Amino acid sequence: MDILVVLEDKNGNIHRMSQEAITGAQQIGSEFNLSVGILAMGSNAAALSEQAAQYDVEEVLTLENEHLNHYTADGYGAAVAQVVTNENPKYVFFGYTYQVRDYVPRVSAKLKRPFLNDAVSYSTEGGNPVFSKQVLNAKLVTALQPSDGGPILISFQSAAFSSENIQSGSANARTISVDIDAAVIKTVTEDPFQEEAGGVDLSSAELIVSIGRGIGKEENIPLAQELAKVMGAELASSRPVVDSGWLTPHHQIGSSGQTVAPKLYLALGISGAIQHVVGMKGSKNIVVVNKDPDAPLFELADYGVVGDVLEIIPKLTEALK
Amino acid sequence: MKICVLVKQVPGSDAQFSVSPDGSWIQETGLPFEMNESDNYALEEALQIREQMGDSEVVIVSLGPDRCQKVIREALAKGADRAIHIKEDSPYETDPYSIATSLANTIKDEKFELVLSGLQSDDLGFGQTGVILGEILGMTTATLVVGTEIQDGKIKVKRELESGWFQWQTMDLPASLAIQSGLNQPRYPSLKGIMGAKKKEIKESSFAEMCDIDGLQAFNGLSVQRAEKQTEMIEGTVDQVVNKLVDVFKNEIRIN
Repeated sequence: MDILVVLEDKNGNIHRMSQEAITGAQQIGSEFNLSVGILAMGSNAAALSEQAAQYDVEEVLTLENEHLNHYTADGYGAAVAQVVTNENPKYVFFGYTYQVRDYVPRVSAKLKRPFLNDAVSYSTEGGNPVFSKQVLNAKLVTALQPSDGGPILISFQSAAFSSENIQSGSANARTISVDIDAAVIKTVTEDPFQEEAGGVDLSSAELIVSIGRGIGKEENIPLAQELAKVMGAELASSRPVVDSGWLTPHHQIGSSGQTVAPKLYLALGISGAIQHVVGMKGSKNIVVVNKDPDAPLFELADYGVVGDVLEIIPKLTEALK
Repeated sequence: MKICVLVKQVPGSDAQFSVSPDGSWIQETGLPFEMNESDNYALEEALQIREQMGDSEVVIVSLGPDRCQKVIREALAKGADRAIHIKEDSPYETDPYSIATSLANTIKDEKFELVLSGLQSDDLGFGQTGVILGEILGMTTATLVVGTEIQDGKIKVKRELESGWFQWQTMDLPASLAIQSGLNQPRYPSLKGIMGAKKKEIKESSFAEMCDIDGLQAFNGLSVQRAEKQTEMIEGTVDQVVNKLVDVFKNEIRIN
């Protein structure tokens, strides 16, 4: 195949970001006349293969190996590097998940082939796809130019492709194997766990007032709490507010926090790092207040205000009482 | 324990960017530069491990132009023991593999048991350097690390998974860990630390000398992000803005 999509297992199902990567592979495949294969591996490889076989791709590869039953960067890095070497696709696609961040740079180093991470879009140059990535706090975009000579590893940012556009169909099945030396696995993992869940489930909130770095200091948090209260909204935040200890982690929206899609997302002093955006871009209405007119979150806003949140919040609270 | 911390200097989070006339990078004149946020947490973690273990050394390695001396001095002032500065005037023209190769060549004889880096840089955001460095030097690797415990010649780390899940893993040393921000409270330098930093060693080398390979990927110019949505900007005095927001909330979005 020309494009190999590496699936990620989410409790026996194909990870949402892997589905987006499959969608991207199908689109790019049909546009540039490239065939698509899918790799399912790990303890749930059979279940994932079965799901992947319902998509319109050339073939689905199933890889089972005792050293892949639990995720380790050691094992997954070695396995994917071997599969890529054996299959020699032009492109290897991944969703940009936490797991992909963890082991794909190892694959890149083993193969000495580039890893273009976090691609958001592609364009055409000389009959080939060219992939772009956001840089500098998502304020600018750059195209990445890989060196010649072999497979290119690419991971896609959330929502680079919409999995609603995934094409159903059929696929050939093939079982493959890799040779992993037990001595390669130098990591022992324990079972995943959730820290004590606290507070509300933001994912069901209709109105969210969300604060970022622009709130300035811990003493200003009550201003936002008061605004949320008069609006009947839930209070949420971006990561820096939680990192600073001003709000507890269950308030956090984004890739390491909750994903929300309220009727109104009022973002106060949030610049819009991509890790935050992935958690809130499905909101029906986005209103952004930020003193930086170049804050990337304005790109997603239905309504925008360039201004000081500390001046606006108290007056808005008063006006809504 | 010998610990290496990779520290990068990046434009401050409030910086306003304009693309340079040739489109290759941003105009740096007048930009505020600071220590990459997650690197600051990595440094603090290293200093805390040194305090727990005793008889340890924390060495800063930073790659970039002369201006990086500022963050190197800052790290030394916070308590790092010494530093290595790999000089390169255009670090953005290189890729994570080349940078990791230059770092590997620089530190391979130091025999570090632990390399700590920030999860990703706030400027380019590749998030690969620490992992590739670990692979090149035959270390175990982990990213999104939010806790560390040294145990019986191994390191146990708590990793952040998605959607509020976590996982502990125990790894052989040497290990290269990419640290997630928020896992500790980074200290500020003391006056004594600032004075002491001036006497600490900063060894210099150059990227050209340390990187013996061709890059795997390159930047192909920068451009401004195009808008995804039609945004209605609300302008005026604070009172006018507030009145319009109330109007939008009640009559357009129809909050109750």
